[in-house]
Amino acid sequence: MQYGALWLEKRRKRPSCDRRIWRQGSGVEKNMERKVLIRLTNRQVAVSMRNVTKTFGTVKANDNVSLDIYRGEILSLLGENGSGKTTLMNMLSGIYYPDGGEIYINGEPAAIHSPKEAFGYGIGMIHQHFKLVDVFTAAENIVLGLKEEGRLDLKKAAEKIRDICEMYEFDIDPQQKIYNMSVSQKQTVEIVKVLYRGADILILDEPTAVLTPQETEKLFAVLRNMKEAGKTVVIITHKLHEVLAISDRVAVLRKGAFIGEMVTAETNEQEMTNMMVGRMVKLDIRRPEPVDPKPRIKVEGLTVKSADGILKLDDVSFTANSGEILGIAGISGCGQKELLEAIAGLQPVESGTIDYIDDQGTPDSLIGKDPIRIAAMGVALSFVPEDRLGMGLVGNMDLTDNMMLRSFRKGKSFFTDRKTPRKLAEKVVDELEISTSSLSTSVRKLSGGNVQKVLVGREIASSPTVLLSAYIVRGLDINSSYTIYDLLNQQKEKGVAVIYVGEDLDVLMELSDRILVLCGGKVSGIVDGRKADKNQIGMMMTTLGGGDSDAQTE
Amino acid sequence: MRKQNKEPLFHITKRKELPLAKVWLVRLGAIVAALIVCAIVTTAMTGLDPFSVFGTMIDGAIGTERKTWILFKELAILLSVALALTPAFKMKFWNLGGEGQILIGAWATALCMIYMGDVIPSGLLILICFVAAVICGAIWAMIPAFFKAKWNTNETLFTLMMNYVAIQLVAYFVIIWEVPKGSGKVGIINQQTMAGWMPYVGTNSYLLVILCVAVLTAAMFVYLKYSKQGYEISVVGESKRTASYVGIKVDRVIIRTLLLSGAICGLTGWLIVSGIDHTITTTLAGGRGFLGIMVSWLAQFNVIAMIFASLLIVFLEQGAGEISTSFGLNQSFADILTGIILFFIIGCEFFINYKVHMRKRSGKEEA
Repeated sequence: MQYGALWLEKRRKRPSCDRRIWRQGSGVEKNMERKVLIRLTNRQVAVSMRNVTKTFGTVKANDNVSLDIYRGEILSLLGENGSGKTTLMNMLSGIYYPDGGEIYINGEPAAIHSPKEAFGYGIGMIHQHFKLVDVFTAAENIVLGLKEEGRLDLKKAAEKIRDICEMYEFDIDPQQKIYNMSVSQKQTVEIVKVLYRGADILILDEPTAVLTPQETEKLFAVLRNMKEAGKTVVIITHKLHEVLAISDRVAVLRKGAFIGEMVTAETNEQEMTNMMVGRMVKLDIRRPEPVDPKPRIKVEGLTVKSADGILKLDDVSFTANSGEILGIAGISGCGQKELLEAIAGLQPVESGTIDYIDDQGTPDSLIGKDPIRIAAMGVALSFVPEDRLGMGLVGNMDLTDNMMLRSFRKGKSFFTDRKTPRKLAEKVVDELEISTSSLSTSVRKLSGGNVQKVLVGREIASSPTVLLSAYIVRGLDINSSYTIYDLLNQQKEKGVAVIYVGEDLDVLMELSDRILVLCGGKVSGIVDGRKADKNQIGMMMTTLGGGDSDAQTE
Repeated sequence: MRKQNKEPLFHITKRKELPLAKVWLVRLGAIVAALIVCAIVTTAMTGLDPFSVFGTMIDGAIGTERKTWILFKELAILLSVALALTPAFKMKFWNLGGEGQILIGAWATALCMIYMGDVIPSGLLILICFVAAVICGAIWAMIPAFFKAKWNTNETLFTLMMNYVAIQLVAYFVIIWEVPKGSGKVGIINQQTMAGWMPYVGTNSYLLVILCVAVLTAAMFVYLKYSKQGYEISVVGESKRTASYVGIKVDRVIIRTLLLSGAICGLTGWLIVSGIDHTITTTLAGGRGFLGIMVSWLAQFNVIAMIFASLLIVFLEQGAGEISTSFGLNQSFADILTGIILFFIIGCEFFINYKVHMRKRSGKEEA
């Protein structure tokens, strides 16, 4: 029997399981269970959701979920992407209305129709994508949408904001404009916005996804302060080490269903992963030795400006070797996208050189060439872009039509040949185990993991010598992520020069042979993936060279 | 803050895909509902028997052989415009200039017929008219496309303004060409010689036009579905970024597609002047440049569905016209009925894609 099924089975056998805390595994110690129970009965239930269900078309985003949130705790809501964490919390914050089930707040049944009503119940949510007006100041953003009696008094508001900041040791200036702020400051504004409206239950949706390790630490300190002040915090995440670092309790969702909840101090990463995925998963990423590394792509002094003249890459130089994975780290928007697009011939270059070095060692410039001309040079360059459905694939087209995106021009015929791409689609579906009802399903209807497999499958099919990838596992569940890591390693072993832009530092450090760290469009350093230290990379992401001279630059 | 403890009256969720039979059942239901509402409105506003009104409507559209031919002619012209606009709209290029492109094609045809009518044999003249109309239509569409591709100007306004330029141009030439002087009308061109007129097939004056459009429909179906260019149009329409990612030259595709779109609009102008009207007025396009957009969207760019969408619209138009004459109602009343029917037919698509849940009236259920 599957691990998760077993778990559910146990839950079903105990009728009054909702208010209890369950330990998984065979050796449940009665004593410990009792201790936990005593600890929790002293606590007050702030929110309780009962049999909440939400359906989108054929997808059951939440299926009969029952969850309690206690006053003054930090609760992690853990689950893979698409497991329904955000949907569940959106129903608390008034964005969605449940199709079935009840929500009780402080024991009273509640119907939450809008975020405004959610604030009425003291619930505020900080979304993954910030909802701020760039040209407004922090204070203006915070009071935006509030209907207070009398005239708008920004001074008074600013004072109140300063009070809040002082109380929780936030570091923002109410008069500063949003566009001048860093990502972590913007997030702070979002948090203050919620506190300003008097929320005492804060829901944070994947708050660390955009932060460096140092900023994450700072955020966690703030969350602990809030807990001390009696606030309740729910943090949505799929990162296990964060669950362990911050939360008191953890609730696990899988495929829209509630799987279980545990006291964080009494669980571990392996157990949580198993509950999240529903079976045993190995958490190690394989890293084979580089295969006969030779320089393949040589970038020198590369400078790129965006369409509106902003410097995106500044004097970037590095070499990517064949048979090696070169990781690229950096906070989002510090030039990773431009770097890959410049190599792929999609981004005009100000100055500098990009050379492709073939097996004989002859360099050939890629500058000023579009994808067609690069292909005509005989360079097999594959690119898995960040925006899968907006750039790599066409969402409304089926698998076959997406397979021919790269190759449809072949041959002189006026008409398209769909036979070869259909065969390719069959092969990719078969080899990468893509679950789809048929080859004529539009790609948009596939799950995130399958969409990515279609894209990666197509890009690998052309047997590339260079494989560029941007956030290749973003939004994928653990299984699909590991399939993709395997595919990258296979390419590496075939002698392909793989460039891997990633956001999860842990994965970057486990997968890459070397890691290039970007900071504000400049190379902050290149470190050995086998010897890298997470904190050092974190520092290098925010300060050029990492603030010390430890970084080995080439 | 006011706290409501009530469930909202209704909320809306996206449906899973409905089986095809059910989809058509919903559509059929919509038509029935539309007819019922039409009946109520008719009785309430005019006191007439709704069934006789509906009967007259059908009569007006297909009552006699002549009326049926007119229906098919109108269907062909509207379909031709819709086919012309489809590649542009599929590429998400808002070509609102169909009206002007038709008119300029018509103008080119009339120009050739008037100045070369006596010089060149009729067969060759028809061919010259055709080429001139296609080229002029293509140019008319290419101008905004070029500006869009090069400087990213707004094509909606640009194509719309090109309509007015075309209308003014034709107005100017109508004065030059008017027969007799002072009438403000061009009159039938080459009435005696019939030079440049499309030949009758048998005794039927419209059949050739209809056949032309039938060929065009088949060609457009194949072009969009099976050609490399058609594939490029779909990719550019779905995502320009994907297109440039795979090396499609977006600018070139935009200009090429609009050349095609304008050329077919011009061809429609040629069909109208050379095949049907044998004259030119500023109102010759008669709003088909816009109606064609509706047909194209209604059919969701599916060429086969466009035949039925055009039929529906033409049928309603012809039928509504008949009501207003035979019952002495003004044209506006016929438009109201057409509006109601279209509202229901387009509106029912919402119920195919979404499901509406009403509040359960049974009160609080304890689980």
